[in-house]
Amino acid sequence: MAEPVRTPLSSRERRSPNRGAQSRLAVLADEDLRNHLPAVEPARTLTDWGRSERVEGIMDRTLVEFLYRYWFRAEVEGIANVPSAGGALLVSNHSGALPPDATMIGKAIREEHPRPRPLNITVEHFFKGYPGFSTLLPKIGCVAAHPANVHRLLYDEEQLVLVFPEGRKGTEKLYKDRYRLRRFGRGGFVEAAMRARVPIVPVCVVGAEEASPVFAQLGLLRRLTGLLYVPLTPTFPHLGPLGMLGYLPAKFKLRFLEPISFDDPEAHSDKGLVQSTAHEVRARIQESLFEMVSKRESVWLG
Amino acid sequence: MPSRRVLITGLSTYWGGRLAKALESDPRVEVIVGVDNEEPSVELERTEYVKVGTQHALLRRVVQAAEIDTVVDTRLVIDSATTSSRKAHENNVIGTMNILAACSGADSCVRKLVFKSSTHFYGSEQDDPAFFDETMGRPHPPQTPIERDILEAESAVAEFTDTSPRATVTILRFANVLGPDVRTSHTRMFALPAVPMILGFDPRYQFVHEDDVVHALEHVTQRALPGVFNVAADGVLALSEVAGLLGKPYAPVLPPWGTGVAVSALRRLGLGIPPEMLAQLRFGRGVDNRRLKAAGFVYGRTSREAVIALGEHMRLHPLLRSGAEPYRYEREVEEFLRRSPNVRSGGVEEMAAGLSLEQVGELRRLLAAYDSARTVDEERGDGEIGEQPTAPVQHYDALTAAEVIPLLGSLERDDLLALRDYESGRRERRTVLAAIDGALSRRDASERPPAA
Repeated sequence: MAEPVRTPLSSRERRSPNRGAQSRLAVLADEDLRNHLPAVEPARTLTDWGRSERVEGIMDRTLVEFLYRYWFRAEVEGIANVPSAGGALLVSNHSGALPPDATMIGKAIREEHPRPRPLNITVEHFFKGYPGFSTLLPKIGCVAAHPANVHRLLYDEEQLVLVFPEGRKGTEKLYKDRYRLRRFGRGGFVEAAMRARVPIVPVCVVGAEEASPVFAQLGLLRRLTGLLYVPLTPTFPHLGPLGMLGYLPAKFKLRFLEPISFDDPEAHSDKGLVQSTAHEVRARIQESLFEMVSKRESVWLG
Repeated sequence: MPSRRVLITGLSTYWGGRLAKALESDPRVEVIVGVDNEEPSVELERTEYVKVGTQHALLRRVVQAAEIDTVVDTRLVIDSATTSSRKAHENNVIGTMNILAACSGADSCVRKLVFKSSTHFYGSEQDDPAFFDETMGRPHPPQTPIERDILEAESAVAEFTDTSPRATVTILRFANVLGPDVRTSHTRMFALPAVPMILGFDPRYQFVHEDDVVHALEHVTQRALPGVFNVAADGVLALSEVAGLLGKPYAPVLPPWGTGVAVSALRRLGLGIPPEMLAQLRFGRGVDNRRLKAAGFVYGRTSREAVIALGEHMRLHPLLRSGAEPYRYEREVEEFLRRSPNVRSGGVEEMAAGLSLEQVGELRRLLAAYDSARTVDEERGDGEIGEQPTAPVQHYDALTAAEVIPLLGSLERDDLLALRDYESGRRERRTVLAAIDGALSRRDASERPPAA
C-alpha cells in the first residue's frame, strides 16, 4: 500500500493526448460539477468506488478490531485535528511488509473521532492488476493513487484521503532504517491538496516498524511471483502467504498533527511553494516521530 | 439554432432507427433523411431512406441536395463481435472520413454534427482513474482494433471541429448499453446461466439504458451543445453486484494468467468474448457523467435500474418469444405511402404525427374543406384544383409553415411549382420555400434514373 512511483498525485498526467479535441471540444471543463454528483441509492451495499459496507464491517468487527484493541493496543493523540466536515488529506509515514498502519489510522478515526468518517486509502495501481487484491482492496476502502481519484474524493465528495508520500520506498526500507523517512515523492500530494483547497493533516505512526520488521528483500522471489516486493520478515515467506499477517505485538502510537491549510486557490501552480510545503510536512512528521520514539520506554509495552 | 433538416447515418442500426422514430414526432424537424447500406429495421413514418455504400462516398450529394443542417452519426461499430475487424475499420475510419468530408467545405449547409462514440475511447487499464472525465485521454495506446478505430474516428472529428468553425460538433461517448432490445456482447454474456468472471477480479461497470441513449442523442440534436460528453447512468456497479441484481451466480471461470488462451478455447465452444470486453472484465471502467447532466440532461434510469430492467426482461423473454413479426422494409409500399396522391386517410395520421391535438383537429378541418372544395370543383368541371389561379391547396393562407410542410409530399410536381410561385409572390416564408425546393428536388431525383 503505497503511493505509486509511476503516477504522482500531480496534475501533470491529466493531459489528453488528443489536444485538438481539447481546444474547442472541451469548453465546460472548469465548470463546478459538484451539484451533479450521483445520488446515493439506499438499496446498494457498494459505493461507486467499489467500497463494500458489508465486507468492511466484517473486517472491522473481527480482524481489525482484534489488532487495534488487543494486539497493537493502539494509543491515539490529537484526533481533533482531523476535521469533522469537508475534505482533508492525511499524510503519514509508512512501513512494514503488509503495512498495518493504514487500517489502524482508519480504525482510529472510526473509534476515537467524535464524528467518525470513512477513510479512503490510496494504494498503488499495481494492486488493481493483481488477482485477489483487485477484488478485496476496493471493498475495504482503498482507491488507486491517481491524481483524478484524489481530487474527486477531496474536492467533489469532500472525504478523507490517506496518502503515503514515501510510497514503495517506505515499505521496501529495511529494519535498520526504521523511522527515517524516505523522500516524499515529488510533492504531488501537496499539489492535490492545494488544488482541492483542503487541509493536510500530518500523521505519525510509531510501532508499525517493529510489528512487521523487514530484514531483507528477496529479489528472485519477487521476479518469480510478479509482486511489487517480497520481503523477508519473521514469518514470511516461510509460513506461506498468511505469514504476511504475522505481526509482532508492538505497541502502536498514532499522533495526528495540526492541519496545514492553504488559502490561495492558485497555490498549486507555484512549484516552489509546493516543494517547500512538502518539505515542511516531511520535517514535521520526522520531528514528531523522533520525539515519540525517544519518549517510548518499551517497544512492546509503550 | 434548432435542427430542421436532419440526416441520420446508420439508419438500420438500432440507434439510427430509434432516433429517427423519436425525431419524427418532433414538429420542429421538417426533414429526416436516413442513410445506410442496409434497409431500416424499424417502421418509420416520414423518414426518407437512402441506400448508400459502407464508405458513404456519395453522401455529400445527398447532404447538399436536401440542404441538411444537422448530421447525426450513429453508425460507429463499437463491438467487435458484430462484424469482422476489416469491415468495422472500413465503416469506422473510412466511413467517418467521408461523412466528415460531406459536412465540410466553405459552402456547406451543415451547422451541427452529432457523433456517437463509445467509452471504449478510454480503454480499460491498470492505471486508469476511477472516473474518466471528458478531458482525459487513455493512459496507454490502444491494443485492440476496435479501440484504435474509435480513437482514429474521434481524432478525425476533432480535426473537423477545428477546421469548421461554423459547425457545432458534439461527441457523445456512451458507456455499455443495456436494455431489452439492444444486443451487445455484454447482454449476451448476461444471458448465460452464470456471469463469467476472471478469477480474483471484480471489475467496476457503468451502464446506460437504451432509452437514455436515444434521449441523449435527441437532447443534443435539439440543442447547441458543443463538446464531448460521457453518457453513462449514475452508479458504478461491481460485476458481482450486477450478477446479484440479475439473480444469477457469478462464475470465476477465467484464469487470471493466460486468460487469452482460455478465451480462445471458449470461443470454440460458442462463447465469444471480444478483446475490448476482456480488458473491461479485468479492470473495469467508470466515467464521470456530470457534464451532460450539467447540460440539462436527465437520466431515466441509474445503472442499477438498467440492470434490473434487463433482468426482468430476460425472465419474461422466453414467454414472449413467439410475439409479433419483425418489421421488414418494403420499398414499394413505403414509396406508395409517401408519394402517391391517392393516399388520404393514412396521410392524415402521417401528417398528424407530432402535432398537438388542436393542430390535428385543425388539419382535419382543413382537409375536409379541401375535399369539399374539390368535389365542388369537379362538379363544375373545372378539373384539378392545381389549375386554379390561386394556391393549389385550399385555405392555404390559413396554414402555418409547420402545417404546410408535411402536405408537400403528397403534391404533384406542377402543384409544387405553382405553390412555389404563390408562396414567393405573397408571404415568402423561407422555410416553406426551402421545403418546396427540397420536395421538388426529391421528386426530380426519384423520376430520373439514379446516377451510376
